[in-house]
Formats: sequence, C-alpha cells, structure tokens
Amino acid sequence: MNDRTILRIDKLHKSFGSTDVLRGVYLDVGLQEVIVIVGPSGTGKSTLLQCINLLTKPTGGSIWLEETEITAPRADVDRIRQRIGMVFQEFNLFNHLTALGNVTIGMTKVLGMKSNEAREKGMSELERVGLSEHAAKYPAQLSGGQKQRVGIARALGMDPHIMLFDEPTSALDPELTGEVLNVMRKLAVEGMTMLVVSHEMAFAREVADRVVFMENGVIVEEGPPDEFFATPRSERTREFLRIIGSSPGER
Amino acid sequence: MYDFFIFMQRAMPELIQGTRITIELTFAALLLGAVIGLPCALFRVYGGPWLRRMVIGYIALFRGTPLLIQLFVVYYGLPDVGLTLSRMVAAFVTLGLNSGAYQSEYFRGAIQAVGSGQMVAARAIGMNRFKAIRHIVLPQALRLVLPAWSNELIAMIKYTAVVFLIAVPDLMGRAKIISSRYFDPISTYLAVALIYIAMVGLASLVLRVIGQRMKIPGLEMDAAGD
Repeated sequence: MNDRTILRIDKLHKSFGSTDVLRGVYLDVGLQEVIVIVGPSGTGKSTLLQCINLLTKPTGGSIWLEETEITAPRADVDRIRQRIGMVFQEFNLFNHLTALGNVTIGMTKVLGMKSNEAREKGMSELERVGLSEHAAKYPAQLSGGQKQRVGIARALGMDPHIMLFDEPTSALDPELTGEVLNVMRKLAVEGMTMLVVSHEMAFAREVADRVVFMENGVIVEEGPPDEFFATPRSERTREFLRIIGSSPGER
Repeated sequence: MYDFFIFMQRAMPELIQGTRITIELTFAALLLGAVIGLPCALFRVYGGPWLRRMVIGYIALFRGTPLLIQLFVVYYGLPDVGLTLSRMVAAFVTLGLNSGAYQSEYFRGAIQAVGSGQMVAARAIGMNRFKAIRHIVLPQALRLVLPAWSNELIAMIKYTAVVFLIAVPDLMGRAKIISSRYFDPISTYLAVALIYIAMVGLASLVLRVIGQRMKIPGLEMDAAGD
C-alpha cells in the first residue's frame, strides 16, 4: 500500500430524518489504492460514495481530499467534484449527446477547454475504454456495457484524482459485466485510485488492494482480499460471504 | 358556389388583414407565454418554497378563470387602477399571461421527465446548477415539451379569437364586421373557418418538421403537431 493518503473519511455520519444510514465511518484511501466495498444492500455503501462526492450532505464527521476538507461549510463543491470521478449504477449518460459529447461536455463547459482540444482528449478517453469507433453514437444506440464504459470515459475526461464506482455492473446483464470490469481492471493497473461498491467478488479478489465490509452504516471489517476472503475475522463477514457464496472453502 | 367566390373576392383583403393580426397576436402571446412559462417551470422544480408558492398561485389564477374574464379585467378593469392599455396590448398581455400559466406546466412536466439522474450526473462532473440546467436538462426538456407545446400553439391560434370582444380587428373581429356588412354570415364564417384550418394545418406541418429535426437517434419521442 502507498503511504500517501489521498482521501480521509473521519467519523462520517449521515441520517435521513430519523434513519441513521451512516453511523461513524472511518476510512483512509491511499494514492493508487483500489478499495472494494462490499456488504448487504441498504447498509449505506452508496450513501458513503454520495457523501464523498457531496451529492448528499453528511450530517456529521469530515472528509478530506488531499489537503482540502471537502465537508467544510465554505468548500467549493463544484471544484471538488471535478477532482472526483463518479460512475453510476444507472449510467446516467446525457441522452441528448453522443458518446463523444458525453465525454467532452465537462471539458468544454466546466474546464473551459477549446472544443477541438476537448474532442481530441475525448477521443483518447473513449479509446481508453475501447469505444472510439462508437464515438458518434447516442446513448440509446449503445448496449448497457458500452453505456457504462462511456460513463467511465466521461468521468476520466475530467482527470479525476480518485474514481468512485457505485455498483457499476449491477444494472447490466451478466454477459455485459465483463467488458466493464475489464476497463476497471485496466484503470487499476494504470494506477487510478478507486473506491468501488460492488457485488463482484471475483473482481474484488483479483483487483482490490483492500476489501471493506460494511453493515448497518459502519465498517465491520477490512483487509487485503486474501485475508478477507480466506480468514474473515467477524462472524457477520463470514455470514455475508456464506450467503453470497464466497465462503473460504469455495475458492 | 359562384356566389361564394364573388364574396371571397370582396372580403378577402380585409380577412387577410385580420389574419395578419391573428398571426401576430398568436406568436407574440406564445413568446410572452414562453418567456414567463419557462422560468416559472424552473422555479417550480428547482426554486425555494416561496418562489414555488408564487408560481402555483399564478397558475391557479390563470388556469382557473375564463380567458374572457381575464381579458375584460385587463382591458376594462386595469384603467381603474391607473393602467390603461390599448386593445392590442391588452389582448397580447392577457393571452401571454394565460399561455404562460399553461406553458409553465408543460415545461415543468418536461423538466421532470428528464429525470433526476441527469442533474446528478451533471453535478458530478463539476457543473454548477445553472450550467447543468442549461447544458443538460433544458436541451432534453425542450425536445420533450414539443408535442405539448405544439398543442399550445394550435390552441392559441384559435384562442386569439376572443379578442374581438374588445374590438381588436383580428380575423374574428373582421368577420363580425363583414358578416353584418354583406348580410352573409354563412359565407363569412365559412371563409374564416377555412383560414383558421389553413393556419393550424401549416403550424402542425412546421412543428412536425422541427420535431423530426430535433429527434435524438435511437430515442423514442412523439412526433409533434397532432
């Protein structure tokens, strides 16, 4: 693991009304580290990602991205979000724009790049996810897997310091998850810092530097994938791994 | 039939003048309605509680009362509080305010149909709210609104006819004069009906072409103008 911490989450709380979704989450993410967050649904994994991107406002605790406290009251939210790439379960591609347009609109309208520069960079981002020949297609003309890869390219186009993936393959047919996971694998190899909420245990085993198990709004257990899957310490983790069929014995 | 042609020949110049006023009023009122309606829709969806309440009040007022009463209040009522408007301006303002109430509802529906995920994704790449609305939400909402908006245009062409009641010389106003001058209401109103149909037909056609042009490949959207 790298010794430089890029993201620090400290005692993070989030409640919606009287429902506590996050109840004190502590997590440090090192530069170039890949963390896969697993856990039963409804335990606050997605909420955690949304808090990091300030798409939801935490009710307590703090988050630091590099030297900036992004949960500070006067933090420049739009600027912070530019440094954090987000990939959504439902893709959320801009329907009225081509694949290339999806990737370049942030460059031109947010970063102020010239359109020919943006086009060039956009094409190279699409190439990175293996979609350069589909640049002129609209989202409705792409398969789910292709849409999600455009979603990844769109986030990459902003040169983020960290990428958040919110169940990136959960809305895909099983035969389409592979292409998306391959792109993510490649990003990990290239050294992208990644925080991935996923149910893809094989991916976690293979790509993650650390696996984090969340339940009821707290992190129950974390560790390198080998340890995490082979010798889970908490009873809850063992239970979870047994239910999803990734018990230690079944490797 | 022959008589009708003779009649048309005599009445046509005046009817054309009336038609011109009807068209002017239609477009002016639609434009005013859009200028009022779009911001109202944005306030309604994205604004705070007070803005929202004001918009709801405006819509309730103009959708809840007859257009004719609105016209009379603006033309005959406002002078009592020191605001005297000419016939044309009173007609324009009334139709525009009335249309704005309906258009804001059409725009609101379209904006909501775009879906919150689009806004979230736009914010996630660092766009502020204004940019997200301008570059992401509105380009889609304006396409979605086109069918409803087409109906508004077609309805407006015909709504303008009420303004003859404050003696605006629009198509309907001229018709009334011509009909009593020649003692031939049947021919007059037949001719006027034909002109309205022609205007509506032309408007539908143009809107359909615009709808086709704006279509996003692969995305199903209704053809406009029906």
